[in-house]
Amino acid sequence: MTQQKADTGTAPRSELLWGLIFGLAFGFLLQKGGVTKYDVIIAQLLLEDFTVVKVMLSAVVTGMLGIYLMKHLGWVELRTKSGSLGMNVIGGLLFGVGFAVLGYCPGTLAGAVGNGYLDALVGGILGILLGAGLFAELYPKLRGGVLRLGEFGNITLPDVLNVNEWVVVIPASAILILLMVWLERAGL
Amino acid sequence: MEWLTAVRWSPYVAGIGIGVLSWLTFLISKKPLGCSTAFASSSGMIRQAFEGKATALQPYYDRIGLSVDWQWMLVLGVVIGSFLSALLSGDFELLWVPERWLVAFGPAVLPRLLTALVGGIFMGFGARWADGCTSGHGISGALQLSVASWISAIFFFIGGIITAYLIFGLF
Repeated sequence: MTQQKADTGTAPRSELLWGLIFGLAFGFLLQKGGVTKYDVIIAQLLLEDFTVVKVMLSAVVTGMLGIYLMKHLGWVELRTKSGSLGMNVIGGLLFGVGFAVLGYCPGTLAGAVGNGYLDALVGGILGILLGAGLFAELYPKLRGGVLRLGEFGNITLPDVLNVNEWVVVIPASAILILLMVWLERAGL
Repeated sequence: MEWLTAVRWSPYVAGIGIGVLSWLTFLISKKPLGCSTAFASSSGMIRQAFEGKATALQPYYDRIGLSVDWQWMLVLGVVIGSFLSALLSGDFELLWVPERWLVAFGPAVLPRLLTALVGGIFMGFGARWADGCTSGHGISGALQLSVASWISAIFFFIGGIITAYLIFGLF
């Protein structure tokens, strides 16, 4: 929870425009990938069709190689979040319940609205706003307690292993690619 | 231009595209792709419209900031981008009840809407608790090899798989 506090002032117009442009591309890719659909997400969670995992893993491998190369060249800085077991394990499980019951995640929910899915627009959007509002209400009570349980801070795998980042990036990419090859071979 | 009107692309093409997009967001906007904070700030902005300035001073809203920011515009863009993609391929359809739900639970609209509402509450709550979602942790954090993000992403799927099996009675 040491994420930088957001600026209170309004963002420059060019920043907002880039957000919109990147969002257009993101939504386009999510829809073309098929992950704006309830049926595709549920089939993933029932382990019948691995489209969601394939989209995510190929994005992670591509993104990782590019971001770490650009970091190496001094072009970008990492933007990671700090965490704790209380935050990421319990929050992850709560999110997972919502993921399966709703059948969309926050990004694909927005994509589902664009695709014309009215359960996403009417039920999902209202629900996610209520859920986030409820968390904001409880946050003062949670932040000093359960959210700090098993706190480990803002760390990456290369930090934990105390090795040069490429010693993790290259094998991690290879493992994730092999995992995708295996998924294809298994016909999933 | 047949690729623009195709209903589906290979998941790997879509994923590689999202990976390349993440390079650009880091390079140009110095921000990772993420969606769930925008929903949280929206909940605060709606409350602010009724309750006034005091809302923005609540600890959580003070931390994330209540304004239409880069990520808010990103989420708006996702809606429009998906709409354009679906329109180009003829895949846009107004649908209340998804096929898989219909086969399992019938065509009634209200049960599906109430379920989506409850699921949305868990998701909005859980995403803030974990400080990220499938894009913020599952893609952006994971690709940076963040420990918090890998743990979150793994537990998103553990929770999701167990719940989906329970809902569809496959245990």
